[in-house]
Amino acid sequence: MTVSDEASKSIQSGDLVWVRHNRIDLALHVVATGDDPTHRPLLLLHGLGERTPSTVPANLRWPGPIYGLDFTGHGSSTIPVGGGYTSEILVGDVDAALEEIGQVTILGRGLGAYIGLLIAAARPTLVHGVVMSDGPGLVGGGIHPGSPSVPFPAPWAATTPDPFALIELARDVRPPDYAQTYVRFVIESSNLEKALMVCAVARPEWLAAVAAEPGVGHSTVDEALQMYAAL
Amino acid sequence: MSIDSPSKIFAQPDGARRPARRRQVDAAGVALSVAEWGDEQAPPLLLAHGGFDFAETLNMFAPMLADAGYRVVSWDQRGHGESAWAHLYSWEADIRDAAAVLATLPDQPLPFIGHSKGGSMVMHLANVAPHRVSALVNLDGLPSGNNMPDVSELERTRMQRDEMDRWLAHRRTLSNKQRRPGTIEELAERRGRMNPRMTTEWLQYLVQVGARQDADGWRWRLDPTMRMGGFGPWRPEWSMLRLPGLGVPMLGVMGLELETMGWGSRPADVQPYLSPGAQFEGLEGVGHFVHIEQPRLVADLILEFLS
Repeated sequence: MTVSDEASKSIQSGDLVWVRHNRIDLALHVVATGDDPTHRPLLLLHGLGERTPSTVPANLRWPGPIYGLDFTGHGSSTIPVGGGYTSEILVGDVDAALEEIGQVTILGRGLGAYIGLLIAAARPTLVHGVVMSDGPGLVGGGIHPGSPSVPFPAPWAATTPDPFALIELARDVRPPDYAQTYVRFVIESSNLEKALMVCAVARPEWLAAVAAEPGVGHSTVDEALQMYAAL
Repeated sequence: MSIDSPSKIFAQPDGARRPARRRQVDAAGVALSVAEWGDEQAPPLLLAHGGFDFAETLNMFAPMLADAGYRVVSWDQRGHGESAWAHLYSWEADIRDAAAVLATLPDQPLPFIGHSKGGSMVMHLANVAPHRVSALVNLDGLPSGNNMPDVSELERTRMQRDEMDRWLAHRRTLSNKQRRPGTIEELAERRGRMNPRMTTEWLQYLVQVGARQDADGWRWRLDPTMRMGGFGPWRPEWSMLRLPGLGVPMLGVMGLELETMGWGSRPADVQPYLSPGAQFEGLEGVGHFVHIEQPRLVADLILEFLS
């Protein structure tokens, strides 16, 4: 099913679309249908350890449908056995969601902001602007690997968020020049004047490098959403 | 499956020996199959296979170490050989799995040996657990800190994008993906592209210990959703910088025949990173799979090094 076409007119808030990514079933939530169901949807990407909010966050204004994707091991999505998380896997998660809903604007919190950058580089025609905001997992694991260790998570309850996701994605290395390369892919491929908006107050090295790139905009989350909503 | 009935295995190469024992290790829910050769009471050593290999690719090499008085402990990495297929694969997960196998061995320092990806893994493991390693052997698993020196920045960027595109394209094709079936001869021929100097006899033997027979043909026992490479920020120097600080004797063996499976490293790339006293051997006319092509030569190098 592709919800971007006919189905988008009949979606209801609280609906759940299951999206398959290899052996993982991902929960794609309909957070709101919006005043204008034909408007390009907003896709919420949560932070590390979070899940899609059940209602529209306060102060978030968007004219069209609002979806939220629970990443692998988060929210209602499958908990993989034995960990193995990487940011690249989560980019694949979002790609699977885009295959369902088509073109979106992305609002990413923390880890979701970083993933938003990568998927915008990979799918420039499907990602119409990324709003990068503060949230858990924004820092990642620094700009190069730390002293190696083999952490085993505390045996928490067998529910999401998967503790392996928390420890592995908190160690995800993000060199600034690596992030910059993806900014350049986005800028080259997008026809938007500002295809990336940095709204986070916290600026770890990778995000400071992103923010310093020509063509990247700066604003509040609300201003960025209004700008993309109008385009 | 024919692997359960040794009588069906034809043309077992001279000296090839299947593991003396198999046991399972639970690595955070992923069932890993550990393969051992040699006396269970003998001093252990840990032996890691490379990516898209499996423990029984060591059926010539491991018995040579076992016959010299070692308990050789290897394992099929997640998604490989007789170990379970996992939801996710990552470098961190492979290291954690290796640590889970190590944790089942007597609590004393022991030699770590690894080929290719396995070599890089045991190097990482030696950094994680310096108290558990007594010596380190890396078989053609030293990435070059200076690979692609002739590639321009523009081209490098383009390659990064292509890699991401290919990786996402791969992720979109995974549901119900299966490995391509074939006859023993066909699988042997495919594997022969990675091992161009190996005999047909050995390649066909390998199929029978590393593939399973389905109704429509033989398939390598490798999770079809795994993929070589992938995109990500990893840099070769991150691995190389684990070398200088090693506090135990180290032997590096490199095959000097350049092959697609190899990492393109040259001895000069590696020399600056070697720890004091490290031994390094470049083998002329030998490819990436040094221990498979020249098991006696490589086993002797290791046994002399360990003695």
